Amino acid sequence: MGLTARSTGKGAMDRSLTVERGGDLRVVALAGNPNVGKSTVFNQLTGMRQHTGNWPGKTVTNAQGRYRRGGQEYLLVDLPGAYSLLAHSAEEEVARDFICFEEPDAVVVVCDATCLERNLNLALQTLEITSRVVLCVNLLDEAGKKEIRIDLPHLSQRLGVPVVGTSARGNQGLEQLTGAVERVCRGRPDRKPLHMRYPEAVERALGLLVPVLEPLNLKKLPARWVAVKLLSEDTQLIASIDAYLKFPLRTHPEVRDALEEAQRHLADEGVTPEKFRDMVAASAVLLAEDLCLDTVSYQKAGCHDRDRALDRLLTSRMTGIPVMLLLLAFVFWLTIAGANLPSRLLSDLLFRGQSALADALSWMGAPPWLNGMLVDGVYRTLVWVVSVMLPPMAIFFPLFTLLEDSGYLPRIAFNLDKSFQRCRACGKQALTMCMGFGCNAVGITGARIIDSPRERLIAIITNNFVPCNGRFPTLISIITMFFIGTASGLGASLLSTLLLTGVILFGVLMTFVVSSALSKTILKGVPSSFTLELPPYRRPQIVQVIVRSIFDRTLFVLGRAVAVAAPAGLLIWCMANLAVGGQSLLSLCSGLLDPFARLLGLDGVILMAFILGFPANEIVVPVMLMAYLSTGSLTEINDLAQLKLLLAGQGWTWLTAVCTMLFSLLHWPCSTSCMTIYKETHSLRWTLISFAVPTMIGMVVCGLVAGFARLFALA
Amino acid sequence: MEQKTIPLSRVPEGCAARVVRLLTTGEMRRRLQDIGLIQGTKVECLQKSPAGDPVAYYIRGAVIALRSEDSDHIMVQYA
Repeated sequence: MGLTARSTGKGAMDRSLTVERGGDLRVVALAGNPNVGKSTVFNQLTGMRQHTGNWPGKTVTNAQGRYRRGGQEYLLVDLPGAYSLLAHSAEEEVARDFICFEEPDAVVVVCDATCLERNLNLALQTLEITSRVVLCVNLLDEAGKKEIRIDLPHLSQRLGVPVVGTSARGNQGLEQLTGAVERVCRGRPDRKPLHMRYPEAVERALGLLVPVLEPLNLKKLPARWVAVKLLSEDTQLIASIDAYLKFPLRTHPEVRDALEEAQRHLADEGVTPEKFRDMVAASAVLLAEDLCLDTVSYQKAGCHDRDRALDRLLTSRMTGIPVMLLLLAFVFWLTIAGANLPSRLLSDLLFRGQSALADALSWMGAPPWLNGMLVDGVYRTLVWVVSVMLPPMAIFFPLFTLLEDSGYLPRIAFNLDKSFQRCRACGKQALTMCMGFGCNAVGITGARIIDSPRERLIAIITNNFVPCNGRFPTLISIITMFFIGTASGLGASLLSTLLLTGVILFGVLMTFVVSSALSKTILKGVPSSFTLELPPYRRPQIVQVIVRSIFDRTLFVLGRAVAVAAPAGLLIWCMANLAVGGQSLLSLCSGLLDPFARLLGLDGVILMAFILGFPANEIVVPVMLMAYLSTGSLTEINDLAQLKLLLAGQGWTWLTAVCTMLFSLLHWPCSTSCMTIYKETHSLRWTLISFAVPTMIGMVVCGLVAGFARLFALA
Repeated sequence: MEQKTIPLSRVPEGCAARVVRLLTTGEMRRRLQDIGLIQGTKVECLQKSPAGDPVAYYIRGAVIALRSEDSDHIMVQYA
């Protein structure tokens, strides 16, 4: 849930990664397996605030930042996490293409010290492409806790490149890291980098091909690596290599002959292309194993016991699901219970500001229409957005970030995968849904972690069934008003939590239903295979989490809401005060929508508020209130009890409340989400489908609920 | 004596085995090799998910969840 200005901003969605080079700027790529702390290293070096979290695939957008050392400026590029450079997913392709074709001055391969062996695989593959590598063994503090010792000098000796140990969260070792990068950029290699040795049959085939490739202009690509790729018959990569070299390699006469001879040679030895790829992959794995046997020692036998015990609690058959639901409910409860008081205080304070502002304006001689426009239109809407949105967000975001930091989110995907599998979707969709709680646009971008394009589209289309932070306050305030009463206390907040959890679970249920339906209709297919890494649990950095989530997320989201709310408030005020044929524009519009809206258990004003809320869901309730207030007699509302009176006066019943909540959960994605869907799918068709599917479902569900209730005269 | 070869999906929780061969092809085969699953790799079955599938395995220092339809195609022998 990398919800920051950058991750939802304009530049965030670009698929391919290029950098602007200028002057003597040095480009340093930051590569590594998913979830090894690359973003933390990035943040520490650049002083930027790329969002971090403990789950693989968190950084799906690419960040670039600068730092200086010794009078030299460096551009650091945070590549998406990749297990290998063989590229299976869109992200891995981005990472590989950057290392292969963008000619970075240095590549820092960040490794997880607690899982060095698996991580070295990527480092070894990178070394095949470039010798300008620095190995950064991160999370040394975590390894220390598990009493895992790594002989870094010896590892460096064997790899032939600088190896630096860091604990990026504690800001340790980064000085040495930038020093090593500087040395590598200056082109003073410490030693000769380690080269992978392949089995004899492979080496002999390479021996035939490499001498032919060497005289060609391969730019920065090593002939040996190109030869391996040619023999692996990695068509997609070879096409990229051709594009980079600007000539088709395989049709080059000498290359073609040598390639054919090498292939014949391999065939004689019984090495099929598949087997060739196996041998190449195995060589890196075995070398990594050998390096670790040589340099890593485990001092404690049961170093993962704590993780195993936590996993038994959090993911076992008996406790996995109940604990998950309890955790979800607990987060909601803290949000609801904690937001209540500050919400009231804030609105008290801000509404007091309203009369002061009105007085000030009339004292300055502002005409009544201007006063009305600014105070009743803009200011009042803003107050609503701020006082209703800010407290729950300021509580929910940090809580959620704590969960994210701890490593719990992948466990949710693990727990729920079977259900997704039944719907022929991917368990990682659970991760994108979690991101959706913060902002659906981020959830949609996050769907890049899903390899299969079909499953990715399912995740994108259904993401809107998770209410984002813009819709949470709407749900909470309606629940509080209509189902709990305004009595405060433990019982009330627990009941609210229960209802809210129910609403969310209904959204999850819809996700499953729709995913399954899509898999059987327009996105037919069988589930693809999947591997999901469950990272070690880490103790979240509580203070940092709170500070970051408030500044990076809460204020950003609030700012966006305010930016939309102000003009919306103005628009509503104008519509309420401009009359056409003796009727205000507002009542004309809502009157037009009213008959249809009634079918859905809503009314014209509610439906209009949802339509006007297209740019940001946060403003739905404020718009609704503005519209009611402009026709109602009440002028000042600062608590939910009065608000309920107002709504009841407008004909709201429990059915209206239920349908409004359902419609809030099930309606079109906001404009930011739609734009993101378009950017991610590059398809107007899928964008329209993503718009239509939740909308249709919302209308059907609301229509059924309203019809049923009326049929049995329940409301 | 020839050891019995079984799919990884049949290895019970708490038991470890060594990979004999991968029956998957293409993408998944690459993916498994990326996480270090090659012939001879030791795999420990840690824990089933609440629904019994996927299952978490300890592979070369990392915990990786695999679906049974994938682990069905990873042939192993008890070490």
